[in-house]
Amino acid sequence: MIHALAFYVFAAVTVVSAFMVISARNPVHSVLYLILAFFNSAALFLLMGAEFIAMILVIVYVGAVAVLFLFVVMMLDINIAELRQGFLKYLPIGAAVGIALFAEILLALGAWSVSPVAAGSLRAKVSDVPNTEALGRLIYTDYMFLFQAAGMVLLIAMIGAIVLTLRTRPGVRRQKIAAQIGRRREEAVVLVKTRVGEGVSS
Amino acid sequence: MDGLHNWTLAAPEIFLAAAAMILLMIGVYRGERGADLVSSLCVASLGIAIFLVLRLEHGTAYHELFLVDAFTKMMKVLSLLAAGIAIVMSRSYFVLVGVWRFEFPVLVLLATLGMLVMISANDLMTLYLGLEMQSLALYVTAAFQRDSERSTEAGLKYFVLSSVASGMLLYGASLVYGFAGTTSFPGLARGFLAGDVATGAIIGLVFVLAGLVFKISAVPFHMWTPDVYEGAPTPVTALFSVAPKIAAMSLIVSVVMGPFRPLLAQWQQILVAVAVLSTIWGAIAALRQENIKRLMAYSSIANMGYVVLGLAAGTEEGVRSVVIYMIIYLAMNVGTFAVILSMRRKGVMVERISDLSGLAQRQPMMALALLLFMFSMAGIPPLAGFFAKLNVFLAAINAGLYVAATIAVLASVVGAYYYVRIVKVMYFDDPAEAFDRPVERDMAVVMLATALFVFPVFPVFQAPFMNGAQAAAKTFFSGR
Amino acid sequence: MDALLIEYLPILVFIGIAAGLTIAMVGASYLIARQAPDSEKLSPFECGFAPFSDARAQFDVRFYLVAILFIIFDLEVAFLFPWAVAFKDIGTFGFWSMMLFLGILTVGFVYEWKKGALEWE
Repeated sequence: MIHALAFYVFAAVTVVSAFMVISARNPVHSVLYLILAFFNSAALFLLMGAEFIAMILVIVYVGAVAVLFLFVVMMLDINIAELRQGFLKYLPIGAAVGIALFAEILLALGAWSVSPVAAGSLRAKVSDVPNTEALGRLIYTDYMFLFQAAGMVLLIAMIGAIVLTLRTRPGVRRQKIAAQIGRRREEAVVLVKTRVGEGVSS
Repeated sequence: MDGLHNWTLAAPEIFLAAAAMILLMIGVYRGERGADLVSSLCVASLGIAIFLVLRLEHGTAYHELFLVDAFTKMMKVLSLLAAGIAIVMSRSYFVLVGVWRFEFPVLVLLATLGMLVMISANDLMTLYLGLEMQSLALYVTAAFQRDSERSTEAGLKYFVLSSVASGMLLYGASLVYGFAGTTSFPGLARGFLAGDVATGAIIGLVFVLAGLVFKISAVPFHMWTPDVYEGAPTPVTALFSVAPKIAAMSLIVSVVMGPFRPLLAQWQQILVAVAVLSTIWGAIAALRQENIKRLMAYSSIANMGYVVLGLAAGTEEGVRSVVIYMIIYLAMNVGTFAVILSMRRKGVMVERISDLSGLAQRQPMMALALLLFMFSMAGIPPLAGFFAKLNVFLAAINAGLYVAATIAVLASVVGAYYYVRIVKVMYFDDPAEAFDRPVERDMAVVMLATALFVFPVFPVFQAPFMNGAQAAAKTFFSGR
Repeated sequence: MDALLIEYLPILVFIGIAAGLTIAMVGASYLIARQAPDSEKLSPFECGFAPFSDARAQFDVRFYLVAILFIIFDLEVAFLFPWAVAFKDIGTFGFWSMMLFLGILTVGFVYEWKKGALEWE
């Protein structure tokens, strides 16, 4: 009972906040609603017993992706009112696409038939190891190839971000630690004998 | 613990990954002066990778995630060639616009790595990771000229639309997994052959196909192509028009001929529709183009339509025609882009068709090369392009796709008009100001080699190519 | 399945308390305090004159670079959790598999460092 109740609460909050993401006036509020939606989806994953995915959702999506979204929103110099002018105009098209997709899902569900393999894996007994550990046993050995490929994808993302956004600004004085430490006394200090009344020139 | 069983089957991929990382380090330690060195080493690595691919044995590795057979080897060699030529052609352009940086060849290398993974995919997860690896590197190359508004726009458009396509593909893949219970290609094929075909899996297949069709820019998902082709730096356009197309096309072939072959009736109608629409739209929309890069975009849409038509036949002959078409398409397209990259006046790139007028009087050899490419694309015998189209049409007719084949033939007649129009502009219009001379040595070599391939090499010595394509096509029909 | 939920009961209780407390505080001030809003009281206050522009200023693109590099390493860490948990089952092969993955990302890290992407002016 409490399970069903928790599910409906989290699901309802997810749907409402997802709707608020696209309808909030202020893009910063949109991002905050997005975070709420992420949290609730994490809770939904927890209800399904997928605690690893739930925690990753919190760590990666809430902790990093949402922050990135906030930065992007702050970076854009957009006039929200202008941006929203087309909203009503495109609403019918968007609604039509949404209804079409929804109808497709209904059709798929209406002709619900699952291959015996899939049905078998649904019925398979969930082992008593926590799913973080179950994933750990697979990712690094059986799926090693994909794991390394994921590493390459992350590398490309790193290179891409730097190539596209990093600019070296001229005229910035940085610390050059090696040069600073490597300076010798002779290069930096000149001893000049000064006579009284003449001072030092040049 | 047999995770490493047969691990050498991925030797070209492992080599490319290692090479890309080492070259990245060389580049970053040598600073901007290292760009030339890194670029030549990248080309050399692609060459070594071709050699490694040719020496591979056939089989699967990494728990059936990865597959090597005659077809994948053929396609890998083609994409490696395309990427290598693209790097060779890119230097002078980027030097000209002042963004010649070592990251570009490294990113192309990484994109090629993604293509190889895609081509060898034997599992929906490998498919997706390869596709993302390739696309991520390509988004960056499209926006590489980052101070140019058009290049940035092209990169952003490609990124946003391509992400939507990747999302569709992922949605489809999850539906397939949910209803069929496995992501492995052999496992899916076994399930479908045993007759348990869930409606959900078919809907999943449609979504996967939609995602893949986007990547080859065939019609319902073609809208990004002209803008991205026009905005991206020209060498990147040259790369986009061949290498990712080869990889994505090969992915479509291995998806529909492998796991989903028992569902021929379902995917055949989709592919026929895609083929017919692409050929028609590619022919009609290109008629009014004034920019040669946009024209090439529509030309590639139409060409992909013909390739898909060959595949829609669903027969060994059809797959063979796809392989042959991709070989010839590679040569024609790369050659045309070598000409486009040589179109510069006083160090500024020009890209309107009218800029070509009277080229035959100024630079007769270049005009002759472009004439060969254009006639070949139009499908005029005895050039290579004619044989490409002939094989596709024969395969489609033998599979009983009479209506589609007829429409495609008619579309190719319409399409011939705009190719021939370029020839007319070059040969019969008043000469415009000459292009800078001499043509870069790299471009001249590429032009010469591809022009010779289009005529007379391919038409005269067809047998080895036909046999190779035959062997590649056969893998789907004998004991898999 | 309910046994699983019991484990998360403290979190649920915690959420309940947090939600209850916030609603109580906001609701109490709404109900108890005297409310007489007018347009001047509700307008944003900036040293006595009307605000000139939106409070949102445009951020520098460098924030974005830092954020995206953070995400990449965050994902790397996400891969480390299951590895650590299943470490005793996956043996040396799993160990070296992760070392290779970390090696790939270290290459990226060296690139980033040498490029000066981590320096802030």
